[in-house]
Amino acid sequence: MANFFSKLLNNIFSSSEVADDSFYEELEDAMIMSDVGADAALRIIDAVRREAKRKGCNLTKDVRKILKDYLYELMRTDESYYEFERQKSIISVIGVNGVGKTTSIGKLAEHFKSMGKKVILAAADTFRAGAIEQLVEWGKRVGVDVIRQREGSDPAAVVFDALQSFKAKNADILIIDTAGRLHNKKNLMQELGKINRIIDREFSEGFRETLVVLDATTGQNALSQARVFQETSQVTGIILTKMDGSARGGVALSVQSELGIPVKYIGSGERAKDLHRFDAGSYVDSIFEKQ
Amino acid sequence: MAFENLTDRLSNIFSGLSGKGRLTEDDVNAALREIRMALLEADVNFKLVKDFTAKVKEKAVGEDVMHSLTPAQMVVKIVNEELTEMMGSETTEIRLRPQSEISVIMMVGLQGAGKTTSAAKLAGKFKKQHRKPLLVACDVYRPAAIDQLRVNAEKQEVPFFSLGDKLSPVEIARRSLEYAKEQGQNLVIIDTAGRLQIDERLMKELQDIKKAVRVDWSILTVDAMTGQEAVNVAESFSEKVGIDGVILTKCDGDTRGGAALSIRAMCGKPILYLGMGEKLSDLEQFYPDRMAGRILGMGDVLSLIERAQGEMDEKKARESVRKMSKGQFNYDDFMDQMNQLKKLGGLGGILKLLPGMNKAMQGLDLEESEKQMGRVKSIIQSMTLKERANPKLMNPSRKKRIAKGAGVDISEVNRLVKQFEQMQKMMKQLGGNMRGGRGGFPGMGALGGMRGGGKFPF
Repeated sequence: MANFFSKLLNNIFSSSEVADDSFYEELEDAMIMSDVGADAALRIIDAVRREAKRKGCNLTKDVRKILKDYLYELMRTDESYYEFERQKSIISVIGVNGVGKTTSIGKLAEHFKSMGKKVILAAADTFRAGAIEQLVEWGKRVGVDVIRQREGSDPAAVVFDALQSFKAKNADILIIDTAGRLHNKKNLMQELGKINRIIDREFSEGFRETLVVLDATTGQNALSQARVFQETSQVTGIILTKMDGSARGGVALSVQSELGIPVKYIGSGERAKDLHRFDAGSYVDSIFEKQ
Repeated sequence: MAFENLTDRLSNIFSGLSGKGRLTEDDVNAALREIRMALLEADVNFKLVKDFTAKVKEKAVGEDVMHSLTPAQMVVKIVNEELTEMMGSETTEIRLRPQSEISVIMMVGLQGAGKTTSAAKLAGKFKKQHRKPLLVACDVYRPAAIDQLRVNAEKQEVPFFSLGDKLSPVEIARRSLEYAKEQGQNLVIIDTAGRLQIDERLMKELQDIKKAVRVDWSILTVDAMTGQEAVNVAESFSEKVGIDGVILTKCDGDTRGGAALSIRAMCGKPILYLGMGEKLSDLEQFYPDRMAGRILGMGDVLSLIERAQGEMDEKKARESVRKMSKGQFNYDDFMDQMNQLKKLGGLGGILKLLPGMNKAMQGLDLEESEKQMGRVKSIIQSMTLKERANPKLMNPSRKKRIAKGAGVDISEVNRLVKQFEQMQKMMKQLGGNMRGGRGGFPGMGALGGMRGGGKFPF
């Protein structure tokens, strides 16, 4: 997102000195082109406009500062968002098909392992062909245990097994890989509910974290995805994947602005180390970076 | 985000204007704002939206509002025509070489777009057409990608070719052709690794495969949920590798699929098929006009009508319409209607296709309704033939017997009888309209109530 968006933004900010209607319109266009979505773009620009008016500034360089501050405030995460990293935690990773759930879990495992945590993975995607093997392969790469059953077995049973093993081995973090599901498929969403109930019953004292994986190339449907997942599970954060492409990932702004779900991790690339905590500061900076 | 029917939205704008005979520039501008939002919400490319709205404006200003249409419908009509034109009006099929030669299809796309699944679906499709497909695993990067293809090949009962993940994809592709020749397979489908269009090394690998083997169809799979990036992806793949067509995957979600329009209009590449689900048979033909409706959030009335025409027993339907309009509708007819509904894919299947219903459905417990329908059936089946043909016979002792026979509480029988009587009344009223011959499709009279609520846009 950064490259493209920043180029656009810098063009807009350098093409005029005074922030007039056409300037704001261009700003809105730039955001829409980055998948921020028309609704969220309008809302953000309205807020920035109001603030600019209140402060009595109409120069683009001042508006730039206001927009930057606004986006930073919007996307900011603080240390408390990552409390689960220090606790005994069960992390469920959910999302639609093909967004990169399994890969992200491999990377998360590496992330926690490098913090010195004892990590266990649960292969609860028993549906997609090759999903279990993919997770087992990641387990080998990173060096963590993977709890698995046969393809086609009950995902809730895998989770149950994993929880027993988690307790017996006194591990720190359990990450559950779930099957990709389109959020409008009711049965699959119910299956998610079942998994959640098992965790509540078997390990109610544990910290729960539910991360929705969103593909940065996804457009406005990401909102619908996040919203429906939020209804079945207590979604606590987002992993934004495939940020190494030229995709804008601007939809993260609208998910945050409409639903208030924070982006917690950013994934890019194929290597185990290619996952980082989301950093609003450098994210916003990168948007405004001079090319 | 609102998933409102564009027609409804435009109706709101135009509500103060009804009776006007001509569209003024102000009317059109107001409408265009809504159209712009609708298209952007559907992820249609931003530049395309700009061009498109300009074009619609040119056409719409000063246009006479046709007699039978409201101004809102008039604008939607123009929009729909323009959209359909942009999509191209004809469907495109993959043309293969004659059976005596080996045809080669190569699947390309970003990570997670659905290449492997689509490859297997294609294999199944062509197998049905008596081709002999061979699925070739050239994704040597993603862990377990080869397993995924192998399992899918087994499910489709199609032969599978892999040389593990140590050889180069170019080498695997080359050898797969030799293998196909030996084995007498005449359609090689190469599954490649997902890659970013900006990854020069991996893009070159695709070029190399194309140099090493004679690829007839390079097919780009694109996730229907892709946002503004869709055009960049399609353009890069098209420039660097050359693509012949596109499969749009994950269309069974609630995405509006604006990517289809962007790719078709801006890159000129035909959309071949829509991937509709996890089952390996779920590959649908792409119909440009229907996609236009979906992008505008107008539902897919055409598909519904077509399905209805395919499944409906027309004679029966006419008969029941005749009965309905005379108020002679009985339990047998009711049963027929329910069976017809089931054939059409159940309540859920129908509602999904109706404009504006997608949103309305979110609050509906469809499974519960379908279960309810099963119970209603069992009640009717517990009636005697006479009772079914002549609903007036119903009395308390009969109801008691029916409840016992159906294994339900008598209150449920009472409820059904009441509902049935109401329905009869309603149909009698509607009857006049129906005889007026609005055309439409026969037999859907049972959905009369629905029709009143979610009226068709055209």
